[in-house]
Amino acid sequence: MAAIARLRYTMSENPLTVIGFALFALLAAMAVFGPLIAPYDPLATRAVNALQPPSWAHPFGTDHLGRDVLSRVIVAARLDLGIAFSAVALSFVIGSALGCLAGFRGGWTDRIVGRLSDTIMAFPLFVLAMGVVATMGNTVENVIYATAVINLPFYIRVARAEVAVRRNAGYVQAARLSGSSDLRILATQLFPNVLPPMMVQISLNLGWAILNAAGLSFIGLGVRPPAAEWGIMVAEGASYIVSGEWWLALFPGAALMLAVFCFNLMGDGLRDMVDPTRRT
Amino acid sequence: MAPLLKVETLSIAFKTRKGDVQALHEVSFEVAPGEVVGVVGESGSGKSVSAYTVIGLLDQAGRITHGGVEYDGKPVEGRQRELRGREISMIFQNPRAALNPIMPVGQQIGDVLKRHALAGRTDARAKAIELLKQVKINDPEERVDSYPFELSGGMCQRVMIALALACSPKLLIADEPTTGLDVTTQKATMDLVRDLTKARGMSVVLITHDLGMAAEYCDRIVVMEKGHVVETAPVVQLFTSPQHPYTQKLIAASPGPRSELADLTGGLPEAPPSIAPPRKREPGPERLLEVVDLVKEFPKRGGSFFGRKPAPFRAVDGIGFQMMRGESLGLVGESGCGKSTTSSIIARLQDATSGSVVFDGQDIVQHPAARFARMPERGRIQMVFQDAHDSLDPRWSAAEAIAQPLRRISGMRDGGEIARKVAELAEMVGLPANLLSRYPHQLSGGQKARVGIARAIATDPLLLILDEPTSALDVSVQAVVLQLLDRLRRELGMSYIFVSHDLNVVRLLCERVIVMNRGRIVETGTAEEVLHAPKDAYTQKLVSAIPHFEPERLRAS
Repeated sequence: MAAIARLRYTMSENPLTVIGFALFALLAAMAVFGPLIAPYDPLATRAVNALQPPSWAHPFGTDHLGRDVLSRVIVAARLDLGIAFSAVALSFVIGSALGCLAGFRGGWTDRIVGRLSDTIMAFPLFVLAMGVVATMGNTVENVIYATAVINLPFYIRVARAEVAVRRNAGYVQAARLSGSSDLRILATQLFPNVLPPMMVQISLNLGWAILNAAGLSFIGLGVRPPAAEWGIMVAEGASYIVSGEWWLALFPGAALMLAVFCFNLMGDGLRDMVDPTRRT
Repeated sequence: MAPLLKVETLSIAFKTRKGDVQALHEVSFEVAPGEVVGVVGESGSGKSVSAYTVIGLLDQAGRITHGGVEYDGKPVEGRQRELRGREISMIFQNPRAALNPIMPVGQQIGDVLKRHALAGRTDARAKAIELLKQVKINDPEERVDSYPFELSGGMCQRVMIALALACSPKLLIADEPTTGLDVTTQKATMDLVRDLTKARGMSVVLITHDLGMAAEYCDRIVVMEKGHVVETAPVVQLFTSPQHPYTQKLIAASPGPRSELADLTGGLPEAPPSIAPPRKREPGPERLLEVVDLVKEFPKRGGSFFGRKPAPFRAVDGIGFQMMRGESLGLVGESGCGKSTTSSIIARLQDATSGSVVFDGQDIVQHPAARFARMPERGRIQMVFQDAHDSLDPRWSAAEAIAQPLRRISGMRDGGEIARKVAELAEMVGLPANLLSRYPHQLSGGQKARVGIARAIATDPLLLILDEPTSALDVSVQAVVLQLLDRLRRELGMSYIFVSHDLNVVRLLCERVIVMNRGRIVETGTAEEVLHAPKDAYTQKLVSAIPHFEPERLRAS
């Protein structure tokens, strides 16, 4: 009950957050019920219908193989969000664990973890992701791993910095006095207190992860045609823009942009909700 | 004589999410040329807001709803920019934060001079050196190129004073100028402000919560409470015959060299009466704690790669003392004297470099601090922290914070049992049960201090270490907390180590006092001896630096 009241309060404070969450609900619905709500089969080709501009029958038009662009955009949400969420979850779990440890222990742990994240940061991130997918094989799982690896340093750094400033806070000392072991202090006192900045990081990162996955597909790595995916659709549609068939690339691109926009808005809202000093 | 500054029926409202909050209610006071006026009150009384309005630095959300401020017979509204610096200047609470950290102090002074066309590019440096000389900074030629982080807190405040006086203003507003400084530094800083302003015939508005300081340096005092001026009177009159009940309460609550614990709340104990009969402890050795030759060294940074490391810094330099069961011992000294390091070694939050601490017949420093946290002895030494807010996890409610040692040390598992014990502890420290579900930011300073105390006594410790537990509290809250601590000690049969810089407070709670300076013990004795007849030169300096207000002395002068 209290949680709902708090949610409502935060929403009324910040109308942009409401937009963010509404967009997210829309995207989530597309991801879950995609095949059910799509008007056509996203993979069915009909050469007669190729390159139709937007009409009542095909609001987003059709592509060069006569597939319905609207259906493909809806169905692609599951794959794109799935890649983004798994990649972000993976880098959040590993990155925050490493970062918390480095910030709390300091010394050699900190140095090794710090150099590890520096090494990853030293590569151009997208090139690194390309390299990972190219060497490990062209599959969706590898796109997830690649995206997770390049996002790792951000989580490590945020967690490390936030833990390091709180390492000697009064309540940490008090927890020691209350007989808590270091591991317990890390888990019950420090980690919950670094969550608010991490939440912001997560939602910004979801946006990046989607862009990254789409970018990899755009250059032909990762997801392979004929699977519906926003990045591939933009790539396939790009060559038709010059000849005037703009709807092929525009609609998946807009979906991509909306998703990134939505996660950024949500990040701000989430920070307000999880920060206890804003609870009243 | 016409007043230099006239604040007339000034009302200020702040816009917040929950509607307007009235911060000042028709506040009026005047400052005559050359006069030193003290504005005294506890936190939230509106004393800083009035000062910020005068100088035109009021927060965006605040606006004047009634009345106004006149400077030199004309309203200040609209011309604060030209008045600021040239006519009115201000020194702030935290000098280090008020100085730009990436600019040498001399350049900062020079910029102010140039801004007001009092110096050109060529002579700014020389004038800055001259000003630093006036605020009695040693080696001003060298210090002019120092950055704020290279200077001590007291030096930074001197630089601030130099900045404030750079354009020879007629009015100086000092907002808690010595908070965070040691008493001896405080005395030096305030003496300097008094001498410099007197020599220039300036008026001063001194905003402070410390009645002793107001009595020592002001001609007239304005007492504020919750946005109202409750009393305005010359110093002697205010302290000898305070009229308003709030002034009386404030004066009673400020511990002086002769006040008793019961006097602090005007003889009436505000804490709930005792609920438990004095507890019988199982007998143990008469000597509870013995510290022998304790040393704590911190490695210094620097030294060349191949050369020898520089000698480590000795924070605690071979100290030793004993404590009897049920005794309460004061550990007094200025910042950096090693008192906090000593107490945190005894509390086993830090490891010692060498030496031993024998607690209840057992040497406890041989166990590393990390391991001690899980040992059964953990529950018998507990600690109350200086900053009650910082010592509470912002994500845990008061009840959860108090329950933590019960779960971890006493090994309680049953939720109902824990809730009962938490309620009992809350009652002992006088924390209303309905506040237990609140988070730290929803509690007042005094309530947070009570949560910290309840958590510390949850495991029924033999020794409680109090690290300046009242230094962040208002005097009236401090009075009640001190009484609470005294009552708990008698009821629960605990021993206290009370760490503080304030001898007047220590004297109220402790029989015996240890004075520390630079990691060593310089004097030991009963509290009365140390305060009234100090033997060591350092102790004498410390005692004489405490600002006092003694009605007898004021009347005599």
